[in-house]
Amino acid sequence: MLLSIDILRQIAVVLGSIAFLAVCWWAFSPKRKKRFEEDAKLPFADEEQSIRSAYEADKNKTDEDSAVESGQSDGPEETSAEHKKGQDEK
Amino acid sequence: MTTTVAKTGPVPDYDYKIVRQFTVMSVVWGVFGMAMGVLIAAQLAWPQLNDFFQPFSHFGRLRPLHTNAVIFAFGGSVLFATSYYVVQRTCQTRLWGGWLIPFTFWGWQLVIILAAITLPMGLTSSKEYAELEWPIDILIALIWVAYAMVFFGTIAKRRTSHIYVANWFFGAYIITIACLHIVNNLAVPASAWKSYSYFAGTADAMIQWWYGHNAVGFFLTAAFLGIMYYFVPKQAGRPVYSYQLSIVHFWALISIYVWAGGHHLHYSALPDWTQSLAMIMSVILLAPSWGGMINGIMTLSGAWHKLRTDPTLRFLVVSLSFYGMSTFEGPMMSIKTVNALSHNTDWTVGHVHSGALGWVAMISIGALYHLVPILWHRKQMYSVKLINAHFWLATVGTVLYIAAMWVNGITQGLMWRAFNADGTLTYSFVESVVASYPGYYVRFIGGALFVLGMLLMAYNVFRTITDKENAKQQDNTVPLAQTA
Repeated sequence: MLLSIDILRQIAVVLGSIAFLAVCWWAFSPKRKKRFEEDAKLPFADEEQSIRSAYEADKNKTDEDSAVESGQSDGPEETSAEHKKGQDEK
Repeated sequence: MTTTVAKTGPVPDYDYKIVRQFTVMSVVWGVFGMAMGVLIAAQLAWPQLNDFFQPFSHFGRLRPLHTNAVIFAFGGSVLFATSYYVVQRTCQTRLWGGWLIPFTFWGWQLVIILAAITLPMGLTSSKEYAELEWPIDILIALIWVAYAMVFFGTIAKRRTSHIYVANWFFGAYIITIACLHIVNNLAVPASAWKSYSYFAGTADAMIQWWYGHNAVGFFLTAAFLGIMYYFVPKQAGRPVYSYQLSIVHFWALISIYVWAGGHHLHYSALPDWTQSLAMIMSVILLAPSWGGMINGIMTLSGAWHKLRTDPTLRFLVVSLSFYGMSTFEGPMMSIKTVNALSHNTDWTVGHVHSGALGWVAMISIGALYHLVPILWHRKQMYSVKLINAHFWLATVGTVLYIAAMWVNGITQGLMWRAFNADGTLTYSFVESVVASYPGYYVRFIGGALFVLGMLLMAYNVFRTITDKENAKQQDNTVPLAQTA
C-alpha cells in the first residue's frame, strides 16, 4: 500500500517540523521585531488610553456611563509622546 | 471617595464586579480546599481520623473533594477572575455577555457546592479529576460554553488591534478544557446519580488520561501562563522579556502537551508505541516549558532589586522557579525506566504538589495580591508584612511537602522492587507503609504551614476590603514604591 501508516507518520513529522520552523521564523524575523516590542507594552497601554480618552471625552461629550465603580480615575500626570502611540492606532 | 467622576466617564468602563466576586471566592475556596488537603494528609499519618464521621469522612471520599476543591474551586475561581480582568484590560473594552457573566459565577459556585455534597456521599464516576456525576457535568459544560462566549465575545469587540499573548493562553485553555470535559465525561446514565462511561477498557483509560494530563496542561499550566504573561510584567513594571519567544512558547506548548497523557499509563495494557510516543512528547515538552519560564523570570532582569522589597513580586517569581523545577521533574518521571521506580509511589504526589503548591497556588496568590488593591480602589494591601509572612509560610510549606514525598517515593519504589537471591520479595507492602510514616508527618506540617499562610491572606484581604482608611490609589497601576 502506498500510504502506509509509516509514510503517514513521516509526513506528520515533516509537516510538524515545518510548522514549528515557520512559527519561529515568523516570530523572530527582524522586520516584525519593532511591532512585537510595541505589542509587549499592551498591558501598560490602557493607563495612557484612560488619559487620551478622557481628553477626547472632554471634546466629544460622549454620554457613556460614568465609571464610578470601575475606578478609572486620573491617570499618570504626564504621557510621553512615545507612549501615546498606543496599540489601537496601528 | 474623593475621585472626580467627571474625568472617569469615557474610560473603558471595566466590569470589575465579576472579577471581585471570583477574587473573594478564590480566597474562600483556597482556604477550604487546602484545609481539606491537610485533613486527608492527617488521615494518612493518623488513620483513626478516618472514623470521625463514617462513611462520609473516609479518605477515599474526601480525597476527590480535596482535588476538586483546589483545582476547580480555587484554581477555577482564580482563572475566571484573572481571565475576565486581563481580557478587559488588554482589549480595553468592557466584558461582553450580559446575563451570561453572572451565570458563570453563580453556576460555578453551584457546581462547587454540589461537588461538596455528592463526593462525600460517595457519588462518583470514578474518573480521576472528573469524578462528578453526569448532571453536574452537564451544568459544567453549559457554564463553560457561557464562559467561552463571554471571553471570545470580549476579544471580538476589543479596541486594540493586537490580541495580547496572555489572552492566547486563556483562549487555548477555554477551548481545550471544553473539548476535554465533554469527551471524557461522555457516559450512559443509569439513574439520576449513576452513569457508565461511553468508552471501555484501555480506550477508556487513554481518554481519561488524555483528559487528566491536559487538565494539568491547559487548566493548570496554559491558563496560569496567561496569568504570568500579564501579572509578572505588570508587577515588575516592565514588558515581558521577549514577546517573540512568547509566541513560539505558545504554539510549541499547546501543540506538544496534548500528546503526553499516555505517560500516566506506562507498563499498562496501552500499546507500547503509544507509551513511547507519550514519553518522547513529554521529554520534548521540557523545551517550551523552560522557554516560558525563562521568559517570565528574565522579565525581572535589571529589576531584581524589586524582589527585596515586594513580596507580591516574589510570589510570582518563586512560582516560576517551582514551575521550572516541576517541568523538569515531569519529563524525567515520564521516562519509562524512571517511571518504573516512581509509578504509584508518593513521588508522584510530591511532583503534583510541587506544581500545584509551588507553581499554581503561588502565582495565583501573587496575582490576587496584585488584584485586590486595584479592584477595591486601595492604595495597597492592608499589610505588606503579612504578605511577606505568607510568602515564607508558603515557600517553607511547599519545600517540606515535596522533600517528604521525594524521600517517601524513592523509599517505596526501592522497597517494592527489592528481591532476595531466591526471587522472593524482600519487603511486604505494609513494611513500605511503615517506612513512609515519617514523611507523612512532615507532609502534614508542610501542608499546615501552607494553609496558615492562606489564613493570613484571607485576613489581609478582608481588612483591605473593609478598611476605609487605606486611601484610594491614583490609577490602574500598582504603585511599586508603595508596596515596599
